[in-house]
Amino acid sequence: MADEMKDMILEYVIEEYVDEEDDEEEVSYDTPLISSGIVDSFSMVSLKVFLEKKCHVSLPDKEATPEAFDTVNKICELVRRFQD
Amino acid sequence: MGNSRELRGAILSNIGSYEKRRENFSWDIAKEVLDWEEGEKLNIGAMCSDRICAQGKGDKKALIWQGFGGKQKTYTFNDLRVLSNGFAKFLKELGVEPGEKVCLFMDKIPELYVSFLGVLKMGAVAQPLFSAFGDESLEVRLLSADTKVIFTTRKHVKKVRKIQDRLPALEKIVVVEGNPNKLRDEEIYFSMEDFRTEDFTVYEAGPDTPSVLHYTSGTTGQPKGAQHGHGSVWGQALTTSWVLDLKDDDIYWCTADPGWVTGTSYGIIGPWSLGVTQCVLDSGFTSAAWYQFIQDNKVTVWYSAPTAIRSLMRDGEGLVKQYDLSSLRHLASVGEPLNAEAVVWSEKVYGLAFLDTFWQTETGSMMITNFPGMKIKPGSMGKPFPGIVAGILDLKTNEPVTEPGTVGLIAFRPGWPSMFKEYVKKPDIYRSKFVGAADDAMPAELRVDESLWYVSGDRASFDKDGYYWFVGRDDDVINTGGHLVGPFEIESALVEHEAIAEAAAIGKPDEVNMEVVKVFITLNPGFEQSDDLELNIMNFIRKRLSPLAMPQDIEYMEKLPKTRSGKILRRYLKALEWGQDVGDLSTLEDD
Repeated sequence: MADEMKDMILEYVIEEYVDEEDDEEEVSYDTPLISSGIVDSFSMVSLKVFLEKKCHVSLPDKEATPEAFDTVNKICELVRRFQD
Repeated sequence: MGNSRELRGAILSNIGSYEKRRENFSWDIAKEVLDWEEGEKLNIGAMCSDRICAQGKGDKKALIWQGFGGKQKTYTFNDLRVLSNGFAKFLKELGVEPGEKVCLFMDKIPELYVSFLGVLKMGAVAQPLFSAFGDESLEVRLLSADTKVIFTTRKHVKKVRKIQDRLPALEKIVVVEGNPNKLRDEEIYFSMEDFRTEDFTVYEAGPDTPSVLHYTSGTTGQPKGAQHGHGSVWGQALTTSWVLDLKDDDIYWCTADPGWVTGTSYGIIGPWSLGVTQCVLDSGFTSAAWYQFIQDNKVTVWYSAPTAIRSLMRDGEGLVKQYDLSSLRHLASVGEPLNAEAVVWSEKVYGLAFLDTFWQTETGSMMITNFPGMKIKPGSMGKPFPGIVAGILDLKTNEPVTEPGTVGLIAFRPGWPSMFKEYVKKPDIYRSKFVGAADDAMPAELRVDESLWYVSGDRASFDKDGYYWFVGRDDDVINTGGHLVGPFEIESALVEHEAIAEAAAIGKPDEVNMEVVKVFITLNPGFEQSDDLELNIMNFIRKRLSPLAMPQDIEYMEKLPKTRSGKILRRYLKALEWGQDVGDLSTLEDD
């Protein structure tokens, strides 16, 4: 289940935030997203909406920080914390 | 806000007594502040670099930059001088002529700041654009300006590639950062460090010579290009000195992006024309990272925005106590009205109140502000800057109101040095901003006619003490996080989505951003509302326009409210959303 969630988030990030032309950026579970500039801080909102809709969870704004969204693994940790 | 601080501020601040400054005001004071001598060459690019070196400050730090992952670089004023010379020389060799537009489309990297100076030095017009813009937002602005050259980075060049075939005036795409081996044949790679140039003959500008072009959104139509001139520096330097109170030994941090006017007027021109060191943090916002940055760089003067301040508030006082912020001595805010709660909170936790400043892309410099040493009324915009004649115009008659507390349009008498010179290719819209303008008056006449009123598009009132109080926009433009977004742009893009038949965009109240975008849509036959469709629409707008324009709330409707002539009634939807009186509905279409 956990791996399914990771894969779903990773797939979404690649689909929506990594340009198809960009063969330099290999995004994996631990690739920095915000701190590397792949996802700009303004776009975090759409990532948060995606997580809330697909993972059926409500993430408080206070918790949805750039640090908590910085890698797919960290995002999964955050989502799981609020799913419990 | 206590009396001792007011007294100390009045004595030690650059402005001293606000009342005395108003009595004896002349914009020529800016020249005294800059130690300007008659006969010196007017050119903002040179004034922010060469001139500071000529004053013996070549070795002084000009820019302390920090990017993603803590990467740091420092540049002196001499670095600015020779590196901007390199950009200027390069542009000249490319065949760029004075007056032609050069777009700067990149994140807040050092190349952005230095190229800005270089473009101005050779007489071209700098057109900085927010790097998070999507390809459609970029296209509209480049097409409108007939932009000839664009400086960008490997990360953002992809957006330029998508639209370059539709931009006949765009001759050169120059990439200033990233792997040069990944570029296409027609793209040019320019490494700033490889082009250090000792000597360059700077273009001699007049006060009205075009310098910086910023685009701003309106209720109807596509964004308009507000053109500024080199003479804006007098207004920007003097307001920087008197409102931001910058002194020679300050470490200044303006958090704005130069893709927007604050980032150039007060993130480049103001501080550097005065020879002040400034810091730039080019990484995503976190409260902890911002406090760490202030602590590490011993920032003394901090100019930020209400959205950021409210985010800092949300993260609480406990976090503030984990950092040494004792270097801070003066705080100011811009972009949207600063709520009283944020002013009071900042006074409590930092020991300093954020002072609100009001101005806009078109004004080029601060117009109504709170000053160091002045009694602050939390939630107030403050008072007009000395030399600025402000008024509140009656909503029906356009006559100046005299009764305190009367809500009307904020307006200014033309003639201040940073005032925009024109809207690119739109003299009619420029004229429409002036109350009392003759039908055939041209921008050159309007901008100096002190019998007219320039109307800002915002509503406010003043109180018996002469303090101004913001009420709201006079139009449908959405202010999200201090950035203006035009509903027309969003609606036009939305109806290009295959699922959407009709759309209306409004600003919805938001605790942190003041407003966020909410859209009302009707669907085309064969489409049904779903989570996937909603996300798809959000990302569609985010990529085409920008993350700021992305709707954060989508409401599906059977039909949109319209006038009998078929115009969508945005104001009706907005009034419902804000819980306000919906007003006269006599023009509403019947079911």
